Amino acid sequence: MEHTLTVTSSPHLHCGMNTRGIMLDVLIALLPAVAASVWLFGWRAAVVEVVCIASCVASEFLSRVVMKRPQSVGDLSAVVTGLLLAFNLPATIPLWQAALGGVAAIVVAKQMFGGIGQNFVNPALIGRIVLMASFPAAMNNWVQPFSGTGADAISSATPLANIAAGGGAGYGLGEMFVGMRPGCLGETCAAALLLGGAYLVARRVISPLIPLTYIGTVFVMTWLLGGDPLTAVLSGGLMLGAIFMATDYTTTPLNKTGKAVFALGCGLLTVLIRHYGSLPEGVSFAIVIMNILSPLIERATRPLPFGQKRRLRRED
Amino acid sequence: MAKYVQTFTKGLIRENPVLRLVLGTCPTLAVTTAAMNGLGMGAAAAFVLVCSNIVISLLRHVIPDKVRLPSYIVVIAGFTTIVQMLVKAYLPSIDQALGIYLPLIVVNCIILGRAEAFASKNSVGLSALDGLGMGAGFTAALIVMGGLREFLGSGTIFGWPDGGMIPPITIFVLPAGGFFIFGMLIWLTNRLSKKLEGDTARKELTGRVCAACDAGGCPNAAICNLAAGEAADAEKPSVKRRESDHE
Repeated sequence: MEHTLTVTSSPHLHCGMNTRGIMLDVLIALLPAVAASVWLFGWRAAVVEVVCIASCVASEFLSRVVMKRPQSVGDLSAVVTGLLLAFNLPATIPLWQAALGGVAAIVVAKQMFGGIGQNFVNPALIGRIVLMASFPAAMNNWVQPFSGTGADAISSATPLANIAAGGGAGYGLGEMFVGMRPGCLGETCAAALLLGGAYLVARRVISPLIPLTYIGTVFVMTWLLGGDPLTAVLSGGLMLGAIFMATDYTTTPLNKTGKAVFALGCGLLTVLIRHYGSLPEGVSFAIVIMNILSPLIERATRPLPFGQKRRLRRED
Repeated sequence: MAKYVQTFTKGLIRENPVLRLVLGTCPTLAVTTAAMNGLGMGAAAAFVLVCSNIVISLLRHVIPDKVRLPSYIVVIAGFTTIVQMLVKAYLPSIDQALGIYLPLIVVNCIILGRAEAFASKNSVGLSALDGLGMGAGFTAALIVMGGLREFLGSGTIFGWPDGGMIPPITIFVLPAGGFFIFGMLIWLTNRLSKKLEGDTARKELTGRVCAACDAGGCPNAAICNLAAGEAADAEKPSVKRRESDHE
């Protein structure tokens, strides 16, 4: 009797989607880029990916045990963070540094703030930024695709570094679309990333608003500043960042206006850092800065309850 | 006697000025990129703190209440100038490393805080001991923090190479790493001092949990004590207190 008369507040219907399911979808969407990274950079890419995922999962598990909180390692979010972190590293990165990045991402950026849903910035990006600040030499050691990572690997500057040095990108648009350029593991193959993005949009895991606004802003701004817009869109970590990092639920605004403002800010900051900053690439910093601004954007774009008028702000 | 000992030791951990009272964080974060800088900063501030505590305690019946803060600052500024000249003359390398933070000891909250909270109300001997304890606590915190950041970030110990024990992780000498180490040390001292004094027992007795309350001169003391009084009347003291904390 008591089971048939349960009274609860809404919602009463549930679509069955949970964190684990969403994370599984994201992992499926990342698979083409994993394949591309191994195809381009050899077995070392797979090793870096495994090390990052292992480090993130272990950090998640141990943090929850040490902090005596309910175990959350089963929701697969740490696996996604680990894979995204690996995608943001060069193939030549020493493995212990990759593992350290995983610890920084999960322990410092995520678990110290309360775990999944509580982090104020994207954990994978914090892992990358910590490594970039700590080991600038190792983090800028780029190699040519198909040349391996051993002694006979060919080091080479990334297209963005070439542009920052005052020349052209040095790579054709077709080459850049399939990923045949130096760069981080997961960022080079735009085709694979777009495939994953299309899957996420089709599964309704992400809305296309943020990626489209972000990439569109970069396109227009680069064109206005006199750069080559298509090269700018295909180079650096823009595709990876716009599709997989700037769409993280926790660290981005909830409603459409907020999302648009967020993505616009990411695009503007990315182009400004690329053109005027001392670093050749700015996607990670742009997204982290906009992550921090998200609560403010959220507050400014709060929708009005039906029937209410916007109250004029009191002048102090 | 116990009172004198306690006046000295409270500054080391239980009321450590940086890590428990969170005063003087600006020089703490700025100069602790190396242990030696921490030691220099700590020693200079401790000297000014002891001297100004003594002088202010001596003058505590002379200084009119209304102009006490400017008067304290004048005394502190005098001693800071002396320290600055001495360091410039005898330790030019430390002077270069500390830069603007050496003259800025004048506005260090710890020194002004101790003058206002302790030296202006206590005898000369006690004030000197308080200054010594607080100065020692400040110096110890800076050395530990500087040492950790230097060891992890540059791979040296007091300027000597550590023989490649760990590869340097540069972020620890950058501001972000400084804040991280600072937070970790605050966490550690909070746990340590809870163990030392059995915070929970005291909280039940007086309704106070904050070390600044006993140190006196805390700007929130009135609100805090009011809340504690209300809490004593109410049925659920802990809930009441939490509400007032959020105001």
